[in-house]
Amino acid sequence: MRTEAARRRRESLIPYLFLAPWLIGVLAFSAVPIFTSLYLSFTNYNFIGTPDWIGLRNYITMFTDDPQYLQSLKVTLMYVFVAVPLELAFALGLALLLNRGIGGLGIYRSLYYIPSLIGGSVAIAILWRQVFGAEGIVNKTLGIFGIDMPSWIGTPSHAVWALILLKVWQFGSPMIIFLAGLKQIPNDFYEASSLDGAGRWKQFTHITVPMLTPIILFNAIMQMISAFQAFTPAYVISDGTGGPVNSTLFYTLYLYQNGFGNFQMGYASSMAWVLFIIIGIFTWLAFKSSNKWVHYDN
Amino acid sequence: MALAIRYKKLVLHALIIAGVVTMLYPVLWMLSTSLKPSDMMFTDYSLWPKKITFDHYINGWKGISRITFTTFYMNSLVLVFTAIIGNIVSCSLAAYAFGRLEFKGKKLMFSLMLITMMIPLHVLVIPQYIMFNKLDWMNTILPIVVPKFFATEGFFVFLTIQFIRSLPRELDQAATVDGCGPIRIYTKVILPLIVPAIVTTTIFTFIWTWNDFFSQLLYLTGQEKLTVTLALRMFLDAMGDSALGSLFAMSFLSIVPVFLMFLFFQRFIVEGIATSGIK
Repeated sequence: MRTEAARRRRESLIPYLFLAPWLIGVLAFSAVPIFTSLYLSFTNYNFIGTPDWIGLRNYITMFTDDPQYLQSLKVTLMYVFVAVPLELAFALGLALLLNRGIGGLGIYRSLYYIPSLIGGSVAIAILWRQVFGAEGIVNKTLGIFGIDMPSWIGTPSHAVWALILLKVWQFGSPMIIFLAGLKQIPNDFYEASSLDGAGRWKQFTHITVPMLTPIILFNAIMQMISAFQAFTPAYVISDGTGGPVNSTLFYTLYLYQNGFGNFQMGYASSMAWVLFIIIGIFTWLAFKSSNKWVHYDN
Repeated sequence: MALAIRYKKLVLHALIIAGVVTMLYPVLWMLSTSLKPSDMMFTDYSLWPKKITFDHYINGWKGISRITFTTFYMNSLVLVFTAIIGNIVSCSLAAYAFGRLEFKGKKLMFSLMLITMMIPLHVLVIPQYIMFNKLDWMNTILPIVVPKFFATEGFFVFLTIQFIRSLPRELDQAATVDGCGPIRIYTKVILPLIVPAIVTTTIFTFIWTWNDFFSQLLYLTGQEKLTVTLALRMFLDAMGDSALGSLFAMSFLSIVPVFLMFLFFQRFIVEGIATSGIK
């Protein structure tokens, strides 16, 4: 009997054996860092000395005494709220077009996905510098129509648009999710509504869009979260400066400059927390608003 | 009528193909420019080079300050493969525990896993950087690969859990009747069956680690340690846009491995995105 009990006890530990790596990982690489980061955000810490507790000063400085910070926030918000809706519009449009049963879905889907596959890489950022450069193919094409443009990358009012277009260019991955969602809509719905005399447009607004709203919400949140954290393209296109004149100073780029360029690690930590909170608020708002426009069938 | 439908279809195909060409044009332009002789790069804008040369590839491969791209590719490959092994082992272990075993605190830990998936990297990266510096791991791949051996990429744990849950329970029950414990069930029953999930984990780890820039920029600083991604940036810094041909040649080459992964494993990638919503 005793050996039986001992065996049971031993077996009840086995699950933790499987979990051990994950548990250690959560502790060492998530739990400890997140609390350390919160602590550091209330300190002045330059990586060499010891952190100095300064209370809320980092947070106050950010919003009252750091125009560059406010600029980075502005650039990022504009990037997120212009690029993501445009990206989703293209994703949905193409998904609808591909879903019309015209054949070749597999190959078209793959081709449209290619930009998502490589869009975040340094190679594509390097390409983008040229594409939107003074003599780039975009300006050459516009030149054909008699439109004369300066280098997009070199002009403060235009540079961020090159980055926005780079994000929109990667609409393939939300498109695949939309396509999967479109397949889930039962055909009966369309057949029944056809019998009732509903036209194409009516079916689109009364069946397709409502049925897709949960996926629109999902895509919007996922793309928004990733857009807030975009780093590589801004870094490569501006040589790490966020220029010209801070016009591409993404939030994460400014955070990087502070934390790892100037080693203002306390300030960078508080920036990270504000970003976390901003993402949290927008995600919460999206969910909160969802009962007004997202259709859930029970 | 039939003719009208066929005509409509043709228009749709034309529209979709025009879209594809527009989207992929920049990449094709990069390829074509990298094959043109330097003096033709800015005079001949056509996609089809009138004269083809591989000089840019040969010159570009020579790299920066006598370190060639052979080193950079080796560095990238070592990094990527270590990351893949880490993710496969640790994520499948955790996923098996969550997907099949019963233990105290399971619900709580599962929510904890979902929460960690939502924490932005930037909140964690500064303390991690300080920690890795204390461990003397700077300028090694350890800060990038070691966390992967501890299932820090919740996406893959989640993906594998979903996959394990879809497997019939009768299989483990039969193995239990045959006297297998959880460990043997994991190695003999579950692992062989979750191969598709493992393939998905492999592909995405490959693509993400290959393309990753931020962590590599932070931790790999020595010239002989640079990965392909970092080498490209260094190349850009050193040459500016003056050596455009070589820059484009090496940039194009760097996306080829990702292309190849995609070409061979398309099905897994598309299904992976469609079912879990990952990038």
